[in-house]
Amino acid sequence: MIKKAFEAFIEKAIFLSGITTIVVVVLIFIFLIKESFSFFAANNIFAIISGRDWYPISYPPKFGFLPLLMGSFLVTLGAIAIAVPVGLAAAIYISEVAPGWFKEILKTGIELLAAIPSIVLGFIGIVVLAPFIKNLFDLPSGLTALSGSIMLAFMAMPTIVSIIEDAITSVPKSYKEGSLALGATHLQTIRRVILPAASSGIMAAVMLGIGRVIGETMAVLMITGNAAILPSSILQPVRTLTATIAAEMGEVIQGSMHYYALFGIGFVLFVITFFINLAADMFLHRKRR
Amino acid sequence: MGNPRTMQKVIFFLLGAATVAVIVPVALIFMLILVHGLQAITPEFIFSAPRAGMTSGGIFPAIVGTLYLVLGTAVFSLPLGILAAIYLTEYAQENWLTRLIDIAIINLAGVPSIVYGLFGVGLFVMLLNFGTSILSGSLTLSIMTLPVIITASKEALNSVPKSFREVSYSLGASRWQTVRNVVLPNAIPGIMTGTILGLSRAAGETAPILFTVAAFYLPFLPRSVYDQVMALPYHIYVLSTQVPNVPVKIQYGTVLVLILIVFIMNISAALIRAKFRKRKMW
Repeated sequence: MIKKAFEAFIEKAIFLSGITTIVVVVLIFIFLIKESFSFFAANNIFAIISGRDWYPISYPPKFGFLPLLMGSFLVTLGAIAIAVPVGLAAAIYISEVAPGWFKEILKTGIELLAAIPSIVLGFIGIVVLAPFIKNLFDLPSGLTALSGSIMLAFMAMPTIVSIIEDAITSVPKSYKEGSLALGATHLQTIRRVILPAASSGIMAAVMLGIGRVIGETMAVLMITGNAAILPSSILQPVRTLTATIAAEMGEVIQGSMHYYALFGIGFVLFVITFFINLAADMFLHRKRR
Repeated sequence: MGNPRTMQKVIFFLLGAATVAVIVPVALIFMLILVHGLQAITPEFIFSAPRAGMTSGGIFPAIVGTLYLVLGTAVFSLPLGILAAIYLTEYAQENWLTRLIDIAIINLAGVPSIVYGLFGVGLFVMLLNFGTSILSGSLTLSIMTLPVIITASKEALNSVPKSFREVSYSLGASRWQTVRNVVLPNAIPGIMTGTILGLSRAAGETAPILFTVAAFYLPFLPRSVYDQVMALPYHIYVLSTQVPNVPVKIQYGTVLVLILIVFIMNISAALIRAKFRKRKMW
């Protein structure tokens, strides 16, 4: 009798735990809306999105998202421009070309990279990468959008490589054998048969890479220079959406318009990553069929 | 370039070069951290608090803080994550609710860590009035870790052959008895591996703890879950950007300790996986 009651109890707990994930996502959404509502209600949304000035503590404060959006966009674009071709090359090499022992070393290297906390890469960015960029381009400071892009490309690499690798390995062996049997070289087979067959997995990898890069906070906060100005070049300091929250949340007066504005940025980030992840999942599902 | 064989050789070489260009910096970063960091590691560095405006002394409070946060995260995310995975693999039907949960997990995994931080401030620090505390920080990190634990546990549960369950049912066992006595014991290694990996991520995260728990400088240890703590990732941030004139040695030493904690967790996860893979009989 007690056993039955226990079983009923534990099964309730199991069901509730399953539901919790939905509850959490909805809660995050509600909280971001609730806390940013007074910001979006008090300000014209178009004026915010197109506002060129982010001066949250001047009088009167200006809450233009444009420099931050552009900062995130520029850093992400740079990171993806580096990470996708290199990641694709690495994934092809690891899954198709590298000999067994070398493959294991490379895979372990990628796994190690994935395990490094972002704060550590941010630190390395400050002490190694930024001085390097500064000297290379003869800049007043090495804390630029480019430094951020390089570091983020590095961070997105494990995600991109492992998903593309999965996609390549899940292409049926018969495709490859058929192509080779027809006299195509290994390279021709990769280009004309394997990559097209793995294309939706590759798209998913790109999507998840973008999601990872847009959401990254600490490393960009540390190495992009943190200047909320409209960038005109990738060699200038920028301030991303994420870095703005991280840099300003600590000093903000709770309940002020600035506080709500930061939740507004969080809301924008949440919506962007939500759609990116949904798109990535769609690509992954298409692959399975 | 007319010859496809030559072309193939050239392209394959370039692919290999790109891959090595990713791996070599990883090796260099580790060497750099190891070489500089080891100079700082002394018993005093590990077991004492920062002194003289963080320019000397150790990082003990930050180490303890990070361990508390990992423990706190485990307390919340472990039962919740594993039970949720059990629900999804053993109980859930193929319906809209299950699909909705799957979508929720996917999106939870993609939410930027700083947004978790914001959520933690809004819900745990403010609304539930836990303040900036170990409790708030652990809860925030738990939510961030949840998708990792659920996904890994699901995979582990799914890899237990269906026939095991069928035999159990045919012997008259109920669903929970089957889960408890047949499925879980066989899935535990996989669940442990995924869980440890999830927790190692929590140990290294900074953004979610920035405003929910991390203290800039707190030379003594916390006495309750309502206290703030220092934490290694945040301490690295402070040392490298907020405090002037911190000796490089101390910065690298702190990085090395964090890396060691994260890697010990990763390696133990890999060992568990390897050990039980050998023992598997199906």
